[in-house]
Amino acid sequence: MPADLRIRVGHLDLPSPVLSAAGCAGTGRELAQFTDVARIGAVTTKSVTLEPRAGNPVPRLTETPSGLLSSVGLQGPGLDGFLQRDLPWLLSRGARAFVSVAGHSAREYGELASRLSDAAGVTALEVNLGCPDASAAGRPFALDPAAAGAVVAAARGSARYDIPVFAKLSPEVTDIVSVAQACVAAGADGLSMINTMPGMTIDPVSLRPALAGLAGGLSGPAVRPVAIRCVWQVREALPDVPLIGMGGVRTGRDALEFLLAGASLVAVGTVLFHDPSACSRIQRELEEELVARGVDRVSDIIGRAHEPAGYAAERHSWAL
Amino acid sequence: MAPVQVRGTVLTVRRVDAFVAMTVVAPAIATRFRPGQFVAIAVGGPTSSMLARRVLSVHDVRPDHGGTVEFVFPPREPGTQWLADCRSRDVLDIVGPLGRPFPVPKDPVSCLLVGVGDGSAPLFALAARLAERGSATDFLLGAESADRVFGALTARRTGRSAAIATADGSLGSRGSVVDLLPTVMQQARTDVIYASAPVPVLRSVCALAARYSLPVQALVSEPVMTCGTGLCAGCVLPVVGTDGVTRMVRACVDGPVFRGDRVRWDDVGTIPFDALGAPGWKPRAAAGPAAPSGSPEGRSHAS
Repeated sequence: MPADLRIRVGHLDLPSPVLSAAGCAGTGRELAQFTDVARIGAVTTKSVTLEPRAGNPVPRLTETPSGLLSSVGLQGPGLDGFLQRDLPWLLSRGARAFVSVAGHSAREYGELASRLSDAAGVTALEVNLGCPDASAAGRPFALDPAAAGAVVAAARGSARYDIPVFAKLSPEVTDIVSVAQACVAAGADGLSMINTMPGMTIDPVSLRPALAGLAGGLSGPAVRPVAIRCVWQVREALPDVPLIGMGGVRTGRDALEFLLAGASLVAVGTVLFHDPSACSRIQRELEEELVARGVDRVSDIIGRAHEPAGYAAERHSWAL
Repeated sequence: MAPVQVRGTVLTVRRVDAFVAMTVVAPAIATRFRPGQFVAIAVGGPTSSMLARRVLSVHDVRPDHGGTVEFVFPPREPGTQWLADCRSRDVLDIVGPLGRPFPVPKDPVSCLLVGVGDGSAPLFALAARLAERGSATDFLLGAESADRVFGALTARRTGRSAAIATADGSLGSRGSVVDLLPTVMQQARTDVIYASAPVPVLRSVCALAARYSLPVQALVSEPVMTCGTGLCAGCVLPVVGTDGVTRMVRACVDGPVFRGDRVRWDDVGTIPFDALGAPGWKPRAAAGPAAPSGSPEGRSHAS
């Protein structure tokens, strides 16, 4: 019997826990050539900014062991372009849109949330806290619980009541739980983790940093253990808050790992650059992993790793 | 036609001077292919630590085995070395055909095909297509040395003329293709130039062509593409749109073939200050009176 992948997060009903991660699915059109965007849980958009952005100079990406270092700089058409072209397209294909928003001040996040709430068809908002805070000399919001909370409060306050707001956290903090708690206290309906980790490589030919932006964000399977640890810690501290786990998900088993650690949804990011059909494949593999373990519903397995060791074994005789 | 992701079986791998030519059975890609398009290949197997796809121009497609695709690459880094070490019957994860192909003139004209290094690989399928339409093709190939000139023999055999330039003079004349370009253009009475070369060469070719008011279709291989499918936005370059506004467009989706006079060659690798969404860019200014501010840069390579 096939396992039931349907999942309820807050009041959202999604057909699958597998999403695409922010900034890794293009406008959705590129992904749709290889994956049925209506059948995955949702498409998380590139971070939408108020004005169009040209992004950073090239080179923007470089390959690192089991990862990519990237510094794209949030290139995008701006909110107007997104509302005119990209969002209607996603809806026309039957995709659910998790809209990632980015800005330089709490006010910008508030304006984005308010204008996106006026548009039909936004399933959820994801607040990208990895952006530099203009009032704190370019320090990302995610590094400071107070700044992160202020941004989340602005977005939650302006967004329509029935659109859940997820805050996307950075792993580059001493205590991710304190940032998570600040975001939840500020009204976040859920948390996404993790954003990329800062890193750098030097080009041996030019003898200079390989990226035009000098440092970049490390993503891909290389950061997966860090992401699992973050999901675990936040789940321990905030067991009732829905989490979206992301960071190097490459196979159904990786997705399962995130679910066991406590994530309700799993987003596929950098691996899409390697395998543009990864979302569908991971969804299929996840179902196989569940069936192999005798699990009927994906919701039964969320956070299972937090249960005592003997407990799961008593109730189920797992094949693997 | 939309690209497909297939598992293709390697048919042959052979060394061609400094390059490796690989033929893969991929009927779905072969039937969709048009000259100028490329494929993106996953390297290192399913658990590879190399996440970027290797993006390679398609050299040729043939109908045997249902449809085969051939591409040419120098085994320079671990990813392409892994690819070069594949043997026949190995299976590769290939996405293609990707990108905008070379536009082909409706009426027979005199076409000059300029290629540097393995950049000349996509020109031979184009030459065949141009020949079908009755156009004459002249080749101008170049590289640092003789073993890095790809397809000199084919160019001599199939082209109306073939000129070759190498930096060390080991094949053809000493120098660069840019040095030979004015002579070749005049002798061949060129109407259209197709070029596939590194950016500095494309810039010079477009500047020269603009002086003779010749259209250029340029296939760019820089910036390096990471995914090839448009997802990562890593391969952007500044291109002037029909509305006069410069945009950072992805070479993999809006290219790799661009009209030579649309690309701001001097600004490749940067974000020009007047590009849409550049730091300090103002939405109101770009809508109206600021549009002409893009044209001085646009004209600079023509002067």
